[in-house]
Amino acid sequence: MYVAVKGGEAAILATHDLVAEARRGDEAVPEISVAQIREQQGLACARVMNEGSLYDADLAALALKQSQGDVIEAAFLMRAYRTTLPRFGSSEPVDTASMAIRRRVSATYKDLPGGQVLGATYDYTHRLFDFALMDNGSVMVGLDPTISGHEGASATGDARVEPEHDGSAQPATCPLDAHMPRVPDILGAEGLMEPEVAPEGDPRPFDLTREPVSFPADRDVRLQAMARGDEGFLLGLGYSVQRGFGGNHPFVGEIRVGEVSVEFVPEELGFAVDLGEITLTECQMVNQFAGSKDVAPQFTRGYGLSFGHSERKAMSMSLVDRALKCREFGEAAQYPAQQDEFVLYHSDNVEAAGFVEHLKLPHYVDFQGELELIRRIRAEREQRLANENLTLPEAAE
Amino acid sequence: MTAEHTPRQRWMAILARASRAEIVELVGPHMPDHEVLKAPETGTVMVEGRAGGAGRRFNLGEATMTRCVVRLHDGAMGFSYALGRDARKARLAAILDARLQVEAPDGALHRDIDALSDRQNAARDLASRKAAATKVDFFTLVRGA
Repeated sequence: MYVAVKGGEAAILATHDLVAEARRGDEAVPEISVAQIREQQGLACARVMNEGSLYDADLAALALKQSQGDVIEAAFLMRAYRTTLPRFGSSEPVDTASMAIRRRVSATYKDLPGGQVLGATYDYTHRLFDFALMDNGSVMVGLDPTISGHEGASATGDARVEPEHDGSAQPATCPLDAHMPRVPDILGAEGLMEPEVAPEGDPRPFDLTREPVSFPADRDVRLQAMARGDEGFLLGLGYSVQRGFGGNHPFVGEIRVGEVSVEFVPEELGFAVDLGEITLTECQMVNQFAGSKDVAPQFTRGYGLSFGHSERKAMSMSLVDRALKCREFGEAAQYPAQQDEFVLYHSDNVEAAGFVEHLKLPHYVDFQGELELIRRIRAEREQRLANENLTLPEAAE
Repeated sequence: MTAEHTPRQRWMAILARASRAEIVELVGPHMPDHEVLKAPETGTVMVEGRAGGAGRRFNLGEATMTRCVVRLHDGAMGFSYALGRDARKARLAAILDARLQVEAPDGALHRDIDALSDRQNAARDLASRKAAATKVDFFTLVRGA
């Protein structure tokens, strides 16, 4: 028999105090500021903004601080905060063609208008520790001079000699081209790329935060779901597509990172107001051909767009976007990444974490029911076996 | 912002990009008498993208924004809309929007806006030149010559 109980208030209050202490860590170490996280952990902030589906770098940094760096918990904080805010409306669609470029690379064209601009990337680093970043000079034994530009240091010597090159980024004489064409548009001009045009009437996009999703889901629904989806989940799905659990092994037509203006038309003014800039990452994948009797073979597209500098996310999204277009190209949807219901229902890490982690909450009554059931089944089984043993000798006769 | 925008759209964009400190400096030490018609309010704007950059619209995610409406004693109404959650910046930017509408185009405040715009353009130019320093120069290795 189970009797419902209340309790745990004192324990919960105590755990709030304890988690605050755990979050703060050793008080001998200075406390990290939100501004430090925003400025020095910007890629983590970008991930929190994407998965929290709210662009606000200060809030993302606060969320990371409050969650001790737990990215999914931080995204949850962003989502929860968002629900407290009124929505003033929708922006005009952002124009990534007029992005103020900070990075732009293509794997398909070497010499493309505007050039290959590496920007700030870890792609060409050796992935060796740069111990110069460690604030304790005594651990800089074996310092690799190729990473930091510093000479190697002994355990006792001060390795932080001013290097000749101070490491600050030196600007070029001329800025980048003001307008850099998007690579798929270059292919499109030749008719080699599947065109990307707005449907008749340029309809308002579906909003999955306001309306329930039904399947098959249209592309706007899929792109919104992936934009707020878990980077790791989409990365795994994108990887699966490349490895053979899907039919696409594309080229990166282009990745671009930079700032775009967000324009909004307030009802009371009736004209577009520029609200300022946000940083975006866009990835356009060039996939192999599709054609038909009427259309000559063309490359097909996969598209990814994400907040901040987050190109692994944008690349994964564009791989899965193409995989999810299988139906439109008459391809069989036989792998997980090609199944919209599977992808969309499992990509949201706040929902997924909620359902997985709810298992640790009290299920005392449910479990009591299970216990009673299993005991009854076992008792019935024993009774049945006992009866069979009694009746067996007679059956043998 | 491009040339097709009106002067007001241009200064609103410049104000939206300015820091609070820059806005405070533009307002100066004497805050004009004004009535707050719509107190600074923070909400969100749903940022839209287009599939492939040019195709079907989709919702990328929201961004925080703050808006405010004021009226100066001479009746000029000022509006401000900007990304972020800065209520004080919103109120001061709305005051500036009202003053810029009544001031002659060659007035001091308009010149201050131009100076701020120059600083914003210079920052953008510097960022672009830093990126340009990472532009790849390819060279071809002749083989079997």
